[in-house]
Amino acid sequence: MATHPLPEADSSKSYLADPPGVWSWLVTLDHKRIGVMYLVSILAALALGGFFAMLVRTELALPGQTIMGNNAYNQMFTLHGAVMIFLFIIPGIPAALGNFVLPLMLGAKDVAFPRLNLFSYYLYVIGAVFFLLTLLTGGLDTGWTFYVPYSTSTDTRVVTAAIGAFVLGFSSVFTGLNFVVTIHTLRPPGMTWFRMPLFLWALYATAIIQLLATPVLGITLLLIAAERLVGIGIFDPQIGGDPVLFQHFFWFYSHPAVYIMILPAMGIESELISVFSRKHIFGYRFIAFSSVAIALLGFLVWGHHMFVSGQSALASMIFSALTFSVAIPSAIKVFNWLATMYRGAISLATPMCYGLMFIFLFGIGGLTGLFLGALSVDVHLHDTYFVVAHFHYVMFGGTLIAFLGGLHYWWPKITGRMFSDTWGRVAAVVIFAGFNLTFFPQFVLGTRGMPRRYFDYSKLLEVHPEFAGYNMLSTIGAFLLAGGMILVAVYLLHSLWRGAPAPANPWGAATGEWQCSSPPPRENFASPPAVRDPYDFSHLVFDPRTRGYVARSSTEVAAAAQPEGG
Amino acid sequence: MKHHAAFRGERACHRNLQQHDTETMDSRSDSPSHSATPGRGAEQHSGASHDATLAHHFQSHEQQFAAGKLGMWIFLLTEVLLFGGLFCAYAVYRANRPEIFHYAYEHRFLDVNLGALNTVILIFSSFTMAWAVRCAQLGKQRGLIALLTITLVCGGLFLGNKYLEYKHKWEERLLPGKHFGYQAETGEGSPAVAASPPASSAAPQSEESPPEYVAVFFGIYFMMTGLHALHVAGGMGAIAWLIWRAAKGHFTRAYFGPVDYVGLYWHLVDIIWIYLFPLLYLIH
Repeated sequence: MATHPLPEADSSKSYLADPPGVWSWLVTLDHKRIGVMYLVSILAALALGGFFAMLVRTELALPGQTIMGNNAYNQMFTLHGAVMIFLFIIPGIPAALGNFVLPLMLGAKDVAFPRLNLFSYYLYVIGAVFFLLTLLTGGLDTGWTFYVPYSTSTDTRVVTAAIGAFVLGFSSVFTGLNFVVTIHTLRPPGMTWFRMPLFLWALYATAIIQLLATPVLGITLLLIAAERLVGIGIFDPQIGGDPVLFQHFFWFYSHPAVYIMILPAMGIESELISVFSRKHIFGYRFIAFSSVAIALLGFLVWGHHMFVSGQSALASMIFSALTFSVAIPSAIKVFNWLATMYRGAISLATPMCYGLMFIFLFGIGGLTGLFLGALSVDVHLHDTYFVVAHFHYVMFGGTLIAFLGGLHYWWPKITGRMFSDTWGRVAAVVIFAGFNLTFFPQFVLGTRGMPRRYFDYSKLLEVHPEFAGYNMLSTIGAFLLAGGMILVAVYLLHSLWRGAPAPANPWGAATGEWQCSSPPPRENFASPPAVRDPYDFSHLVFDPRTRGYVARSSTEVAAAAQPEGG
Repeated sequence: MKHHAAFRGERACHRNLQQHDTETMDSRSDSPSHSATPGRGAEQHSGASHDATLAHHFQSHEQQFAAGKLGMWIFLLTEVLLFGGLFCAYAVYRANRPEIFHYAYEHRFLDVNLGALNTVILIFSSFTMAWAVRCAQLGKQRGLIALLTITLVCGGLFLGNKYLEYKHKWEERLLPGKHFGYQAETGEGSPAVAASPPASSAAPQSEESPPEYVAVFFGIYFMMTGLHALHVAGGMGAIAWLIWRAAKGHFTRAYFGPVDYVGLYWHLVDIIWIYLFPLLYLIH
């Protein structure tokens, strides 16, 4: 790998080294450092959640007990869900990538409240510690959904986990608060709302949900804890409570939560599709407004998780209709991305591979959500593997794939290194194949009636002998998928030591973060960058010397000064 | 709001700060100043102005104040949603089991006088808090400290009354859920796990014995007033911090944001109580 020094980069002044020392990281107020700390933490959470997933799939590879008994299995799927949701996917893109990129896109020096930002990170750490405590002192077997009455009567560590989730909730709330205030008050002169990059619209819409929905989860968890510790009676029918009330409270947060998961991913997608088609994003305002529409409509559909809970038929019908309506803004985005690609000059660099995968996988995930939103169909599909496949297609095929795309896209900016694009594409193909092999069979399993959260399906084989084959396929896919993810880790880590130094703008994007060096200096910009249309690439041209993109005028000047053909 | 150039000279205790300015002292201040510390970290501030009350990522005091204000309003919105879940639970139980609430009112489970006193205390404290913010805006340090102290004392009185109320509940065994053990005057309740009376047909009882599940009222009562009391305590902590900072002379006519923001929070704590009081104590 070439290790030639770049003309402008000076690693001693990069935010990674300035100021030096471990302590300076622990008390940093630099959004870039906080973003990196979050990134490391959530990747660790991803690995832990993935480990639990592999245990689940290994158990299900064969009917009957394979490697664990029923109680252990309940713990495995619970911990897989809880760790992935609360420690990886909800903080994920906003905390790890958003923190880093948001001020840079605005040409700002930091977010509005840097101390609050650091506090958010430490809340995340404290929440994670509570989850680890839960793991080490008896585990959790309620499912990540904590439904009563089981969650108020089981003797696993529900209160510890609830405290962890409560603290993590506040981490999320404060991050959202920071982003909203930053976008309102720290936009540079000239950057109106409609000249912002779409990733910021996505983060803004996400932040609205984080602010409005998470406190409801907070109070729900407090009520669960109070029910267990003091027996207040809110959810216990024996002393006057209502267990379905818990479901309403829980899903009032947890449905909008899934939009917290997907909106930032869609924001990344807008950036990737435009840059790697070298074409202005199509339908900017439609995409911007649809982000806000998804955020708001997402608050109105929580009852679609409760169609079989005994709620009234009228309520179910209303929730079903609203669920169909929330698919519309998502579809609008997909059409706009496709229109962006049409007649663009598409480059299949690794980030774009993930960008393309997203459209396909999120498309499947979103459409299968519509099947579940149809009342009569949901009665059969509720609590089957169809639901499991649906949400993995949107959460993994959607959010995690977009996260990987964004990670690869901003990797040069964050680390100052280029990764191997060849290995990147190989891993993307492996992940695509592994993902589909894991989860597509689960759609079939679900439509044929295999229930979720079952550790032993041997009795079902009498009527459905094919369940064994599909489960085995799914497990094989899971191992392939794990292999692909490990491959990503290997070449990304390798790039930290051996990657080529990255130019300021390796992909030729026009948003603000590419106008400082890779990695950026501590203060981000010596002087605030010019505000321009974030999707107009006409002023950029590839400079083979630095293997990056530069503003057109500087190279034309240089070329004019050289002899012909230079 | 005009930005005044008034800025205090700094002591060298802020070791990483590059000091450029010693602008005019604000003659209105009573005590020597001490720079506000913008951050915990060992951050270098490279170059430019050195007003320690303006964080380095903001261009102006106006921008910083606008950001802080917006931030606090948003935080208050999240608090409303946090309490909102409990108000929703209240509404559900009130609609489904109104007899519980009637019984609670008729038997004077809650002391309306103490509740009313607490309401007056909190409203008065909101007044002193607003006045304190005004003093901060005008740079009147002594008034600021005095009014903040009165507000703090009011908070303490509120919590003191809460303690008296809770003590009474504890003594009468008016406790949530399975701990409920109230003995009505006509003496049918038993002190043990009485909250699930025998499974007779659960029609609302006559006035002599409590309705089934009356303990639910106390689940709601303790959660709502308890969470509120925690917020009062938190607010008191913030006010104490403000008093400390005000005594050190941190607040000037150009920089009083924290007083304003804590003031907003305190008003929210007051407003929540203004809803809690009638819903729990008054309506029947």
